Amino acid sequence: MSDRITVAKTYKLYIGGKFPRSESGRSYPVSDSKGTFLANAAQGSRKDARDAVSAARKAFGGWSGATAYNRGQVLYRVAEVLEGRREQFVTEVAASEGVALKKAQTLVDTAIDRWVWYAGWTDKIAAVLGSSNPVAGPYFSFSTPEPTGVVAVLAPQQSSLLGLISVIAPVIASGNTCVVITSQDRPLPAITLSEVLATSDVPGGVVNIVTGRTAEIAPWLASHGDVNALDLTGAPADIRADLERSAAGTVKRVLRNKQNEDFTATPDMSRLRAYLETKTVWHPMGV
Amino acid sequence: MWEYAPAPESRDIANLKPSYKMFVDGKFVEGTGEPLKTINPGTEEVLAEVSTASESDVDTAVKAARKAYDRVWSKMPGSERAKYIYRIARQIQERGRELAVLESLDNGKPIKESRDVDVPTAASHFFYHAGWADKLGYAGYGPDPKPLGVAGQVIPWNFPLLMAAWKIAPALACGNTVVLKPAETTPLTALVLAEIIQQCDLPPGVVNIIPGAGDVGAALVGHADVDKVAFTGSTDVGKIIQGQLAGTSKKLTLELGGKAANIVFDDAPLDQAVEGIVNGIFFNQGHVCCAGSRLLVQESIAEELIEKLHARVSTLRVGDPLDKNTDVGAINSREQLTKIQELTAAGEAEGATRWTSSCPLPDKGFYFAPTVFSGVSQAMRIAREEIFGPVLSVLTFRTPEEAVAKANNTPYGLSAGVWTEKGSRILWMAQRMRAGVVWSNTFNRFDPTAPFGGYQESGFGREGGRTGLEAYLDV
Repeated sequence: MSDRITVAKTYKLYIGGKFPRSESGRSYPVSDSKGTFLANAAQGSRKDARDAVSAARKAFGGWSGATAYNRGQVLYRVAEVLEGRREQFVTEVAASEGVALKKAQTLVDTAIDRWVWYAGWTDKIAAVLGSSNPVAGPYFSFSTPEPTGVVAVLAPQQSSLLGLISVIAPVIASGNTCVVITSQDRPLPAITLSEVLATSDVPGGVVNIVTGRTAEIAPWLASHGDVNALDLTGAPADIRADLERSAAGTVKRVLRNKQNEDFTATPDMSRLRAYLETKTVWHPMGV
Repeated sequence: MWEYAPAPESRDIANLKPSYKMFVDGKFVEGTGEPLKTINPGTEEVLAEVSTASESDVDTAVKAARKAYDRVWSKMPGSERAKYIYRIARQIQERGRELAVLESLDNGKPIKESRDVDVPTAASHFFYHAGWADKLGYAGYGPDPKPLGVAGQVIPWNFPLLMAAWKIAPALACGNTVVLKPAETTPLTALVLAEIIQQCDLPPGVVNIIPGAGDVGAALVGHADVDKVAFTGSTDVGKIIQGQLAGTSKKLTLELGGKAANIVFDDAPLDQAVEGIVNGIFFNQGHVCCAGSRLLVQESIAEELIEKLHARVSTLRVGDPLDKNTDVGAINSREQLTKIQELTAAGEAEGATRWTSSCPLPDKGFYFAPTVFSGVSQAMRIAREEIFGPVLSVLTFRTPEEAVAKANNTPYGLSAGVWTEKGSRILWMAQRMRAGVVWSNTFNRFDPTAPFGGYQESGFGREGGRTGLEAYLDV
């Protein structure tokens, strides 16, 4: 039965924990590195992006208010489910990125380990970045990092899974929620990742994934009044400055990543720090 | 009410000079911009003429800072940088009285505030950051974090010397060199600080201070050889600067406006709360970005609290900034006074109930009597816009959830206040405030060890503490 006809998957968006098609009804063909047709992906629109922001905002209170231990367990659960889908990701990454299976295996393994690394950070961020402040007066003053809010992430265009995970995990580990515009030409591993997220206790809306043309959707996120931060990693070079200018309209935090970021390298805390606010609380001391 | 005899501090202590020059490359030089006359907002008399920078002066200052960075400051061991910064802290303390009087003359703030808050806190910022200069490897940014280079810094007029300290101290401690532009209406104490820096023998070019208006600030932050921009001021200008820096590799931190909620629950100790509310909005004439300008009172105590508040505010003495008894000094400029008048008129027009203290005001100078609006709704301009003056808007709430929703209903997010005797409620509220500083059962406390800065449109980046070092390190 080797010539069985396989069941082809419909790749859709992931918004608010659901898998809608683009409201625009558009899709675009996705090919492997040799130009062979793989699937049609939904071509997300401005309105899809706005729906995704609404979903992310709705999920922010619950996710940021969850205990760090709980977020750590949820993220670790994602790694467990990723592990179970390892072979599927290897196939998709190999097809998307045009790398040999062995190389794809390494990329997927690194991606899963990266997720575990960030899962372990959730309940350590406050201890490492927070402080008790020895102020010159009879007050107890402490500072603690808190999530910035809704983050718009333009995922790397090249690294379809490892890069994607490297930009999403630090955003949600600290309690932010996000809207991700996937790699335009290599979106399939991102959609499979959303299936992992949907089945591993991550509340709907914490991660929202939109496939489509980055240059078409990104400006709407950069100027959106309810987006608090913008990750420019996958932004086309010719619109980066424009996106940043739009982001200034609501004083968004903008992550300008280093060009050609090497996602295989061990990360540091900088992507975690990029989406954190420090809150300082004071109270008098006395009897 | 007590009668008070005048107790003015002598203006001679300020050592006021007829003219001040800009400070570039270790020397006081004439700027080639149009000189400005800085006035005493308490009397409207001219204090001194101050030379300002032209665009070519900005370039000269940045070049001096670059040279000092490349040749001296970035190569100097942190332990040596530290000693220079300690010297500055000590000299500010030694000349504290002079600086306080000069600050009150130029800015209009009461002498008791410049003497007890601005100057000592400025000294403590240098003292605190001096100690970091040789300990940066312990700050949590890796074993050997590097400076950014030349910092272009633009500061506002509400805390002229203190803001200069907040900007310069961490920049130097982290190994950067500085070009700082003080506010157009308050350049004097920054230029005395320059004198101190000269006397402390800092290598020429490490700190440059160039007075001028907004165009000088724009030229500075836009200069191609500036690596780091730090701005404190209005949200409108902050957005322009962030837009101006788009597409560059300059690191930016912004400390912008606010519309803080000061929330009083029905179990709060009311007399203490009244003191905190008064401090929150009338400190520094309300020219404070983190001022508690929206009072949220639990409905059941609103009437009683407002009555107590009116009684207390009636006792505030408004007048001569140099008088040691003065509680509320002069509004910094005619322009700012006009803005306050315009917004309070809008408050009346939109239907809020205005109460203004009947305190006497001096005949000359820019003064505004403390004002409290009650019956304010969230849609009114006085509940949404930063007034930056001695004007309080009072709103009410019934439940803690409603207090949280109203407090966070603003694009800003700099500070918040919470008054209640219940500890668990304080922590619950503090957790839910989308604001960078939460004062509980107190207000307007500042310390160099405690990070300060905003959420949302109140800016990004922190000043103070270990967190504040990030703004001046390449991390």
